[in-house]
Amino acid sequence: MPHWLQLMIDSLGPLLWAALIFTAPLTLLSFVLGLTLGLVVALIRLFGPAPLVPIVRFYVWIIRGTPLLVQLFLIFYGLPSAGIVLDAFPAALIGFTLNIGAYTSEIIRAVIGSIPKGQWEAAYSIGMTWQQAMRRTILPQAARVAVPPLSNTFISLVKDTSLAAAITVPELFQASQRIVATTYEPLILYIEAALIYLAMSSVLSHLQGRLEHRLGRYGGYIEAHK
Amino acid sequence: MIGLENIEKRFGDHTVLKNVSVEIDEGSVMALVGPSGGGKSTLLRCINLLEIPTSGTVRIGSDALTFHPGSKVATSAIQKLRRQTGMVFQNFQLFPHRTAVENVMEGLTTVLKWPTGRARERALELLDKVGLAHKADAWPATLSGGQQQRVAIARALAPSPKVLLCDEPTSALDPELAEEVVEVLSQLAREGTTMVMATHDLRLASTIARQVVFLDAGLVVETGPAREVFKNPQRERTKRFIATLTQEAKGGHD
Repeated sequence: MPHWLQLMIDSLGPLLWAALIFTAPLTLLSFVLGLTLGLVVALIRLFGPAPLVPIVRFYVWIIRGTPLLVQLFLIFYGLPSAGIVLDAFPAALIGFTLNIGAYTSEIIRAVIGSIPKGQWEAAYSIGMTWQQAMRRTILPQAARVAVPPLSNTFISLVKDTSLAAAITVPELFQASQRIVATTYEPLILYIEAALIYLAMSSVLSHLQGRLEHRLGRYGGYIEAHK
Repeated sequence: MIGLENIEKRFGDHTVLKNVSVEIDEGSVMALVGPSGGGKSTLLRCINLLEIPTSGTVRIGSDALTFHPGSKVATSAIQKLRRQTGMVFQNFQLFPHRTAVENVMEGLTTVLKWPTGRARERALELLDKVGLAHKADAWPATLSGGQQQRVAIARALAPSPKVLLCDEPTSALDPELAEEVVEVLSQLAREGTTMVMATHDLRLASTIARQVVFLDAGLVVETGPAREVFKNPQRERTKRFIATLTQEAKGGHD
């Protein structure tokens, strides 16, 4: 067996383990929390209350206008100077959640706004309250339109979690760095790490296609060419 | 009885309805006719409060709400009045993510909290009434315009409203498809459904409506029994308008 293949097989265990216990939970948790935050921010921007609108706009402005890596450093290395000390994983989770919240809020705002006003009126005309109209009529239709852009964000997030290595989270990329430090084989190990990220993204792309198909079963839209 | 008293509606500086008062008897059909921008659609939407009148009173049965400029009426009161109405829209506005029968059930299950089985039974009865029982499980996108509008009529009728409001129900349909919608609406009229419809469709108005209100520039120009207003309009403005409608109906393409 060639040396490079042997090395890849030997490192596969530790790398997959790091992906399983750090990369995957960090990705999933920050996406779910960030999406929830994004929904709240989007609803405030669309429907108020008015005093909160400038606050959430400020939040989106700051998060989108500064580098993610700088945000992570601020939370993990900067906040202790202000008396707030966080472990690496919670610090990363907060950073990624805030980031996802800002980006998804814009997606959610756009897709909710894209549902025709007539759908609100139809929902109201059969007696629905605002909440019922939102939950039963608007969000299900908005969700379908949101799947491709939200999938983009999700897939970016999987890869961006590698930045957490810089604030000492022992996730997939950091695990590969550690093996490089002992084997001096950066080319092989970083290719292997890249392939694992590629595999995770591919699985997500596939799931995106299935979800689009399922949400699209009622027709009326052009589906992506297979 | 449905009553609109001294309804005024302003959008900014623009007054769309000026002191409009109209009464609709129970079991009767009223057509609101007039040129585009004359206020008929706005008046219709004031009945179910999709538009909130700037001032005036809306009365449905024993419930009434009075509006004043600058004062807000509670959402719950608006909903209570609105739930006694059903509405059919020009562009159908079926919920595209629900099947035909689910569209009809929606008001029963979500708003009135009926159990699914009972709601489905009522929805199927209504779909049968509009001739679409066989399309119960179809998605709206697979139905023709006329079929979609008939499902929309069934959806509006499901919670047994006191009045059915129709906003240009045939305008988005070609004549053949409009015909099937007119048939369903005339059937409802014969059964004594109280209806108010804003329409350009002379055939629809003259075959179904008992009363006609002619609105222009936010004012009631003429009102009376449908036959008289169409055959023998009193006001010059009404005459001219009816003449153009008749020409359209005859000529079509010339």
